Amino acid sequence: MTLLTPRRLFWVLLALFVLLLLCALVGMVVGPSHLSLAEVVRALLERDTSPAADIVWRVRLPRVLLALVVGASLSTAGVLFQALLRNPLADPFVLGISGGAALGGISVLALGAVVGWGYGAVPPAAFAGALLAAVLLFVVAGVRGRLSATRLLLTGVVFNAFASALIVFLASLAGLAQGTQIFLWLLGNLSAARADVAGFVALFLGAGLLCALPLARHLNLLALGDESAAQLGVAVERTKRLLLLATSLMVGAAVSVSGLVGFVGLIIPHLLRLLLGPDHRLLVPAAALGGAAFLVLCDTLARTLLGGRELPVGAVTALLGGPLFLVLLRRQDVRAFAP
Amino acid sequence: MSLFALEAVSVALDGRSVLRNVSLALRRGEVLGLVGGNGAGKTTLLRAAAGSVPLASGRILFRGEDAVQLSRNARALALAVVPQDTRVPFPFTALEIVLMGRAPHLHWLGFESQRDLDAAHAAMQQLGIEGLAARSVLELSGGERQLVMVARAFAQQADVLLLDEATAHLDLRHRARVLARVRGAVRSGTRAALVVSHDLDWAARYCDRLALLAEGELLVLGDPVEVLTRANLQRAYGVEIEIARGPDGLPLVVPSRGL
Repeated sequence: MTLLTPRRLFWVLLALFVLLLLCALVGMVVGPSHLSLAEVVRALLERDTSPAADIVWRVRLPRVLLALVVGASLSTAGVLFQALLRNPLADPFVLGISGGAALGGISVLALGAVVGWGYGAVPPAAFAGALLAAVLLFVVAGVRGRLSATRLLLTGVVFNAFASALIVFLASLAGLAQGTQIFLWLLGNLSAARADVAGFVALFLGAGLLCALPLARHLNLLALGDESAAQLGVAVERTKRLLLLATSLMVGAAVSVSGLVGFVGLIIPHLLRLLLGPDHRLLVPAAALGGAAFLVLCDTLARTLLGGRELPVGAVTALLGGPLFLVLLRRQDVRAFAP
Repeated sequence: MSLFALEAVSVALDGRSVLRNVSLALRRGEVLGLVGGNGAGKTTLLRAAAGSVPLASGRILFRGEDAVQLSRNARALALAVVPQDTRVPFPFTALEIVLMGRAPHLHWLGFESQRDLDAAHAAMQQLGIEGLAARSVLELSGGERQLVMVARAFAQQADVLLLDEATAHLDLRHRARVLARVRGAVRSGTRAALVVSHDLDWAARYCDRLALLAEGELLVLGDPVEVLTRANLQRAYGVEIEIARGPDGLPLVVPSRGL
């Protein structure tokens, strides 16, 4: 019997934090130019003018930090969507929320030039896209407050296909489709890493967690259904609206810098739920740490798997996440909640 | 002053009038059975009582005070509801679900205290489901889940219990146990229960009074013997029935063969 106590919460999160640190170190050690662990640690601590310090501070640390915050954002958003939609299959990528964010971002890139909007308009457009997709999902897939797995997934699939088509169309229209850049972005990649970019995503991650953590206890009650949760004292509508906004902001920020990195919000919450149980007071912060560690590892793989050439990190997460998703679909607990 | 009362309550759902001018009062220490045909408005009445559907008109009174005035938490301390739908999407253990009934007793960021754990265990023990405590609710049968939800409502320690078909999926033994425990819970005289039931014979034996609903209106309210008459049931259900007497002298509803 492992009921959640403050003690258990502390130790589990500490363990995950240490795991994240280890992954981050691995991510900074591994790369085209070989650095030893000692060199990395020294560079981090002293920040001198050695080439190692230069590589660590200018290249690897920003990259690892970006993977960390994007992974944490997507994974946290996954847990929150699953709780809000009462469905373990919910994930910002699968449900088309990421697609909506991407569509918003691309729209501004493609059409904004006409009215003189620069790259700065991409993040707000990505938020708007994510929020719109989320609202659309609730409206289309929800029948009297109940969201069935089938309708959710179908809505997500259709919306994703539609968003991708529009993205390609808009990109072609604006001549953005030169080379493979747009293709890489659609697959999700972190090569745009700069420290300030990571800071930008971290801001929204922090805001999202700040909203979600105090409400984690109420997310547990939402599992009983909206009406039962309300009868136990949860302000259901307010909670849902706030968290929908928070998740959309997190997904929007993550997508606007990394493109469509899929399945992080599915794999990590599911794995952690299996290991730690479904209590959101633990699951939400654990998903943030676990998602961060996972994407740092995936990005390290993406940078090194093909030797010199870089793989989009979204390809790595999809290669891992796709099969897992199918396994999940076949599991009893998920089917039991289909209509 | 009654513990809990509906005063001339009317409810419309999607523009359709579902309840019309229903008044009933729960006395302290009683189990009031809510019976009637499909679509008669039993569940809507229970949801209205719980504050989950807006009233077109009328008032819900808790200890003489309009329930609208109560905060969410105060309402959760006053009313515990066992819903019809007991499905849960995540693998919470039965104990974790029962502990959710303690939510209104917790602080804002709260973790459950030993007192909450004791209340949860006591509730599970009352219903004879301590053995399920560590099991995932995803693996439980429909009947077992219902027992867990009843235990959750017991753990909530509210003054008014509202049960919506909470024994529908239960076998004889568990149905008898749940109803006996509900009776036991209100017997102290400070609480009361409103129980929606499809089974008239069980309702006659475990409820102090019955309210018979038909087409959104309260047809008759009173002692089970007065309510379960041939004429009343024919009006409510529109079908020929006979009333027999059980060995306990209480009415037994017997279907006529028809034609």
